[in-house]
Amino acid sequence: MAPDDFEYAARLMKERSGLVLTRDKGYLLENRLMPVVRQHKFKSFHELVAALRTGDAALQSSAVDAMMAKDTAFFRDWKPFVHFAKVVLPNITHARREKKLFRVLCAGVSTGQEAYSVAMTIRDAAQQFSGWRAEIIGVDLSPTAIAAASNAHYTQFDVQRGLPIKSLLRSFTKDDAGWQLNSDVRDMVKFQTWNLLTDIYPLGRFDVILCRNVMVYLDLQAKIDLLQKISRSLADDGVLYLGTQEPLTGVSAAFRPVNRDLGIYAVHRLDKVVLSSLAVPQKH
Amino acid sequence: MKLCLVVDDSRVIRRVAAKIVQDLGFDVEEAENGRKALNACAIRMPDVLLIDTEMPELGGIATAQALRKMPGGDKVVVVFCATENDPHFIRAALEAGGNEYIMKPFDSEIVRSKFLLLDLLG
Ligand SMILES: C[S@@+](CC[C@H](N)C(=O)[O-])C[C@H]1O[C@@H](n2cnc3c(N)ncnc32)[C@H](O)[C@@H]1O
Repeated sequence: MAPDDFEYAARLMKERSGLVLTRDKGYLLENRLMPVVRQHKFKSFHELVAALRTGDAALQSSAVDAMMAKDTAFFRDWKPFVHFAKVVLPNITHARREKKLFRVLCAGVSTGQEAYSVAMTIRDAAQQFSGWRAEIIGVDLSPTAIAAASNAHYTQFDVQRGLPIKSLLRSFTKDDAGWQLNSDVRDMVKFQTWNLLTDIYPLGRFDVILCRNVMVYLDLQAKIDLLQKISRSLADDGVLYLGTQEPLTGVSAAFRPVNRDLGIYAVHRLDKVVLSSLAVPQKH
Repeated sequence: MKLCLVVDDSRVIRRVAAKIVQDLGFDVEEAENGRKALNACAIRMPDVLLIDTEMPELGGIATAQALRKMPGGDKVVVVFCATENDPHFIRAALEAGGNEYIMKPFDSEIVRSKFLLLDLLG
């Protein structure tokens, strides 16, 4: 790959998504963009980059979309979702007993599994929430991921990664091509394409934000900015879930760890008493 | 170390499953049908039974039912691992004593995530 093709493509990715690509990631760029090269019948990666340079906005968006790592799973890492069910939901039922409304944002939701895991957890706790309104919003930069999320149709492999068999039987219907999520859970979630480099306050305030396995790819400044925006969009007693492999240490003072290993953080405005009540149960 | 008994009449599948479960930190024993599995359980009760449903001599569902009646057999985590993906069949298998169900074909990530949610991994 010509060095200035790499430079151009890497800069495009960084500007549009915050994704950092170091020089050694040339192979990744080429691998991920090959489908775009083929789809648009370019003869080479170089030709694609030449077309991107002309400023073709639709092509640029497809390239950025294609470049995103979209790996995800239902109940990814499992334990954070146990914490959500056992600790956060009961806290919310208590703290929001007047308003009877709570809102969850999945930022960087990819193909929807994360948001639907939240929805199934809430649905399973339904007795606590009768008469409540739960709003779950999933956003992602990638229009293809958001389209898949809205379709809520998954392969047999997808529905086995992290999803308990009982949840599969309860919430999905099998068809020839895979498994379709039933409308009771599907209707609990709204999806939107959204770039997290832009403001997120138009999405409103949230009681819980999941932004898992998104920041690992972002450059430091984008990470700092995003955490700042998230802290402003979270309620004072709100909870942030990051990936289990992305510690916040040294990146943001706006949050305090509830459980670093599980990637669970509380807003710093919080007093100690509430914080300790967020502690992870020892055994579940 | 926890013990996982892998039961399948296909030697290839037993090997693949055994390798995955070993990598998750389990001791592994293998059996090629339900009857041999129950014999193995009588000698040393496993922590986890990863078992196919369709096998000659004794299938997985009958094996699970028999296991549940053995001393200590109620504590074993039973994970069915079978080709059948019909929801009615799966439901029946769970009612007969299964804790989880994996549909073939499977891979290491599926097994890992199912073991994680069954609280089997440290
Ligand atoms: C690895 S996936 C993680 C999915 C899910 N949160 C999980 O943990 O399983 C990362 C997602 O972040 C999205 N993403 C990356 N940069 C983004 C940005 N600037 N704005 C919105 N979404 C972005 C990608 O499109 C991708 O779907």
